[in-house]
Amino acid sequence: MTDTGYALEARGIVKIFGNHVALDKVDFGLKPGEVHALLGENGAGKSTLIKILTGAYQPTLGEVLVDGVPATLNNPQHAQTYGIGTVYQEVNLLPNRSVAENLYLGHQPTRFGFVDRRKMERDSKIVLARYGLNIDPSSELGAHSVAVQQIVAIARAVELSGKVLILDEPTASLDRNEVERLFEIIVDLKKSGLAVVFITHFLDQVFAIADRVTILRNGKLIDTKSLDTLTRTDVVRLMLGKDIAFSGATKLEENRPLGEVLLDFKNYGRKRSVHPFNLTIHKGEVVGVAGLLGSGRTEMARIMFGADAADEGTVSVSGTQTSISRPTDAIAHGFGFCPEDRKAEGIFGDLSVRENIVIALQGKLGWFSALNRDEQMEIAGRFGEAMDIRAASLDMPVKLLSGGNQQKVILSRWLATDPAFLILDEPTRGIDVGAHAEIVRTINRLRDEGLALVVISSELDEVVAYSSRIVVMRDRELVAELNGENINPGVIVQAIANHRDGAPA
Amino acid sequence: MIRRSLLKLANPQLLALIGVLLINWLLFPNFFRVTWQDGRFFGSLIDVINRGAPVAILAVGMVGVIATKGVDLSVGAVMAVAGAVAATMVVAGYPAPIAVVAALAVGLLCGLWNGILVAVLDIQPIIATLVLMVAGRGIAQLITEGFIVTFNDPLLIYIGTGSFFGFPMAAVIALVLMVVVTLIVRRTAIGLFIEAVGVNRAAASLAGIRSRMLLLLVYSLSGFCAAIAGIIVAGDIRGADANNAGLWLELDAILAVVIGGTSLLGGRFSVPLAVIGALIIQAMNTGILVSGFPPEFNLIVKAGLIFIVLVIQSPLASRLAPPRLQPAAKVPAK
Repeated sequence: MTDTGYALEARGIVKIFGNHVALDKVDFGLKPGEVHALLGENGAGKSTLIKILTGAYQPTLGEVLVDGVPATLNNPQHAQTYGIGTVYQEVNLLPNRSVAENLYLGHQPTRFGFVDRRKMERDSKIVLARYGLNIDPSSELGAHSVAVQQIVAIARAVELSGKVLILDEPTASLDRNEVERLFEIIVDLKKSGLAVVFITHFLDQVFAIADRVTILRNGKLIDTKSLDTLTRTDVVRLMLGKDIAFSGATKLEENRPLGEVLLDFKNYGRKRSVHPFNLTIHKGEVVGVAGLLGSGRTEMARIMFGADAADEGTVSVSGTQTSISRPTDAIAHGFGFCPEDRKAEGIFGDLSVRENIVIALQGKLGWFSALNRDEQMEIAGRFGEAMDIRAASLDMPVKLLSGGNQQKVILSRWLATDPAFLILDEPTRGIDVGAHAEIVRTINRLRDEGLALVVISSELDEVVAYSSRIVVMRDRELVAELNGENINPGVIVQAIANHRDGAPA
Repeated sequence: MIRRSLLKLANPQLLALIGVLLINWLLFPNFFRVTWQDGRFFGSLIDVINRGAPVAILAVGMVGVIATKGVDLSVGAVMAVAGAVAATMVVAGYPAPIAVVAALAVGLLCGLWNGILVAVLDIQPIIATLVLMVAGRGIAQLITEGFIVTFNDPLLIYIGTGSFFGFPMAAVIALVLMVVVTLIVRRTAIGLFIEAVGVNRAAASLAGIRSRMLLLLVYSLSGFCAAIAGIIVAGDIRGADANNAGLWLELDAILAVVIGGTSLLGGRFSVPLAVIGALIIQAMNTGILVSGFPPEFNLIVKAGLIFIVLVIQSPLASRLAPPRLQPAAKVPAK
């Protein structure tokens, strides 16, 4: 390979954590004057690759080349001396210091050994003007909008490094106008010969600004391609690894008669989180939710459960309009919610398996009708057995269980409350094959018992297998509802990839 | 069943208490001698439970707060406020029972204030309670108008120095409080909820636990306990000293809770063990006093104890310790 054309290159990168291979022989080349999008689902290895390119991690195997010369990047500061700068999703500057100080932190111009504040602010003004910002450099950074802070962060990164700019989800907290403004700046930087790596979950933005795209899946390089040659569908297919060719028709089960309507969400939404959506859910059906990460899947689940309150629209439970603004409201109506981030929002690590199972039921019973130890043992034992939880004892801390068993514990927690409606957010992510099968079996069993379920999953084959209906989320909007023979991976991929106007009915 | 409860008693805190008492006995052979005099017990051991009572009472309130991943720095100041309220009211001629109830109510309000700052305004507990820690002394001084208010009210003096079937009243109050609070948190679901909120507040909220009410409750309880301790201390010296009553005792209470095995990171807690923690601290204080060492040693020994406890609780120690519970692979739950 002759590759003098690359400003920054990674060759044959392997990164192993413990016995988990995060990156498996990944090649990545970045040309000067291009915007290069890096795509992949959660756990695909994007952030690991970025951390290696910025020196935060050292590769287990493989090498990083800057301008075709092998380089060892010890840490992000060291990478800066090679011209590599990074801007993260959360602006990591100092909001309580001035804009000028943030631009020059650690590199302040000095006079007689003291910071030359006047020169610093004068220089800042010139730099900021180049980014179209006309703000007072002595003003506090935190007083400005996130977009302005983001631009200051970019300005800082470019001033300090100047060759490669890595943008890690820079648009996640910006609105549409702010994104456009950011893009203008990126286009300018590109024209001046900077190489830009752009990470995002928004496909629209990739197609709007990127020249080439590299797609990772499960730590492996899938492809690096010019975006001219790709359609949205191609990109989604590459990301999810679904071959659209087999899409024809998966065998449909005989159409089950729909149960009565349990839930009816009308124009239900929350500003800056999920666009208003309409969704009717019947007893005895599984509504699958498909969509890329960041498409608003989890946000939709959270407002359904009242974890975040909806600020528009109405919801009816069994025909009666009601308000669900807190999880306790939802639980009182027989809802249950298994969150995506099991560790952060699901389990109580130090508490026992038994306590983890009974806690939601106890929460429903209140402070004073406490279940005694024997009752707790009975309930935990019954649901633990039904879910086949593998634990040495119900009194051991739940954090010692495997991920799959922890997921079963959380599911048992809700089953113990005798729910009418369950929301499962990525119930099978990161768990072993056995537990995976058990959870899918449970979803089917609960549906047959007449529960209503909403299941969010990135595993298209899995969603297709148990869903009676599938809704597709894109850009925080419910864009399609698929029924009958449209429930197959091909149609779903198409719906995820489609542009705003072309959604299948 | 009996064997299990006996085994439960053999915990490190109780062993540590016994150890400290034995060391005291070695240094001062008369340590365990208890005599009967004027209708009450006397002796170093009795002294430990009597002098240890205020911190034990504070610890009963503090342990719930710390279990929710919080801390209450204001308890010393609340003691001063409660003592000031009780003393000024009896001096002003109110009947003692009314003065006591008023002092307890003021303590409860102080706790509620902390709870509102933490639970409703979402202020970090250490800062939220620092407000009252500083302001409380000022409030107490305003109430006493800068003087040490002395009184001769028999009820207040009885609460501070009296005896009940020969045992010091303060210790009896601490014991009753410990039993009542333990029963309340363990016979209801409150204890479980406190632990759940302390371990993972996000998960607790999603599991349908109203963490706000719970935080209001634990901080109010802490303020209430501080008021009891404040009345006892005032009764003991027959006066309310706004500057010195309960000074630094919040730190002893926190130490007692930590010695009692509750992590400052929240989660598992035990009210009786926190009380034992308070007794361990007092046993050391008394031991140094009766064995003739200069009291300066006290601070150094206490610091040494804190150090040991923290090392035992550190992540390093738990990595070195042999794992007690291993997940077994294929045993179905039973």
